[in-house]
Amino acid sequence: MKKHALSTRLWHWINAGAIIVLFMSGLNISNAHPYLYWGDYGFAPGDAWLKVVKFPGWATIPGHYNLAAARDWHILAAWPFGLGLAFIWAAMLANRHFRRDLATRPSDWTPAALRASLQAHRAGGHAAGAGYNPVQKILYGLVLGVLLPLMLLTGLAISPGFEPVAPWLVDLLGGRQSARSLHFLTAWAIFGFFVIHILLALANGRLILEMVTGGRRAAA
Amino acid sequence: MVDLPRRTLIAGIAALGAGACARIAESETGRSLMRVAEEGHRALHRALAARQALVREYAPSERSPTFRGNGSVTVADPFYQDQLARGFPDWRLEVRGLVETPLALSLAALKALPQRRQITRHDCVEGWSAIGEWTGPQLSRLLDAARLKPEARFIVLRCADTLYGRPYYESIDLVDAYHPQTIIAHSLNGAPLPEQNGAPLRLRVERQLGYKHAKYLTAIEAVASLDAIGEGRGGFWEDVAGYQWYAGI
Repeated sequence: MKKHALSTRLWHWINAGAIIVLFMSGLNISNAHPYLYWGDYGFAPGDAWLKVVKFPGWATIPGHYNLAAARDWHILAAWPFGLGLAFIWAAMLANRHFRRDLATRPSDWTPAALRASLQAHRAGGHAAGAGYNPVQKILYGLVLGVLLPLMLLTGLAISPGFEPVAPWLVDLLGGRQSARSLHFLTAWAIFGFFVIHILLALANGRLILEMVTGGRRAAA
Repeated sequence: MVDLPRRTLIAGIAALGAGACARIAESETGRSLMRVAEEGHRALHRALAARQALVREYAPSERSPTFRGNGSVTVADPFYQDQLARGFPDWRLEVRGLVETPLALSLAALKALPQRRQITRHDCVEGWSAIGEWTGPQLSRLLDAARLKPEARFIVLRCADTLYGRPYYESIDLVDAYHPQTIIAHSLNGAPLPEQNGAPLRLRVERQLGYKHAKYLTAIEAVASLDAIGEGRGGFWEDVAGYQWYAGI
């Protein structure tokens, strides 16, 4: 049996591409008005809770300030991202990937379990076939269950054309400018995960290869 | 030790990515892919919400203390400045193009029509928002009074302001033109529109971003196609900088 299902591998790489384009075009969009507010409105820098730095060209798509082109990329990549997220959740529930590998038990949340995960990692990574440790389950669950959906929902909430579909969504998120702030913060939380994820994967190149080929699941 | 080649590799990949992005965005296929994606969002928004579904309206206490002006904030034209100083006594809003009865309406005539008052949020494409109370007749009333011809498919808004030496204009489709919250506003927060916010008349098309809300209106023109208007992309910012015609995202 493959360690990673085809649906997981397909989604992983399509989503990786979409997220990179969304993040870098998003930084270009941020440069248009680098101030963040809470509540429904906000336009005066004096009311901002955060003055965001201007992101340099090497970090943005396109590589120079161009709001229209950045929005084109953002609007395009939103499709594989949004549809992909719906797809992977359907696939994870259908092929039991979620229940088998990601769903946590109460015992996973105890300090002892978390300590054991980190110790196992320090001692040389997880044993092949042992499945995800509690820290991995919690982190993957946080990304798939909270951060990525929140990215999608806050993105929809700040679109005025979507607002009549679900005005309650904008209110739930604390108003449009709050939704915009959450969109920004969640993007950076995902970036944080991305950095850790890449560093750990580079430390063991086999993991990257397995996300392409599927690898082999050790007999349980 | 392995740091240097790895860093070079990452820089190389980044440069390759940037080059690829630029090539895709400038190619014919890339352009049409972007437009398909944009149209897809419009179709999705329209499919999920009823055509007449309203955006949220706020209470007077929820308005922003001031309302930012952006884009054109003044009009150089001497006729405009003279009219501004005198309260626009000779200003006329034409309703023309594919209509049975072209109209030329004074401010007094517009104010004599049934009025809609709405406190709505204005979202700029840059990211900021302001909330204000707008008053004016619904665009649908003007179109009905002029009797739109069946071949009309878009409404073009003509403006008195120029940017980079070009006249500003915008366009919307008939779904937005007939939306109940699409009004020709003459007042902001109970007072005549200030110059920076589009005096004497501006469009409010609440399900789209700020650049669609054309200011300093001189005419409303019904057309069958946008191809022959400006550079054919449906609006000033669309023509000049490639902004999206559907600004609901």
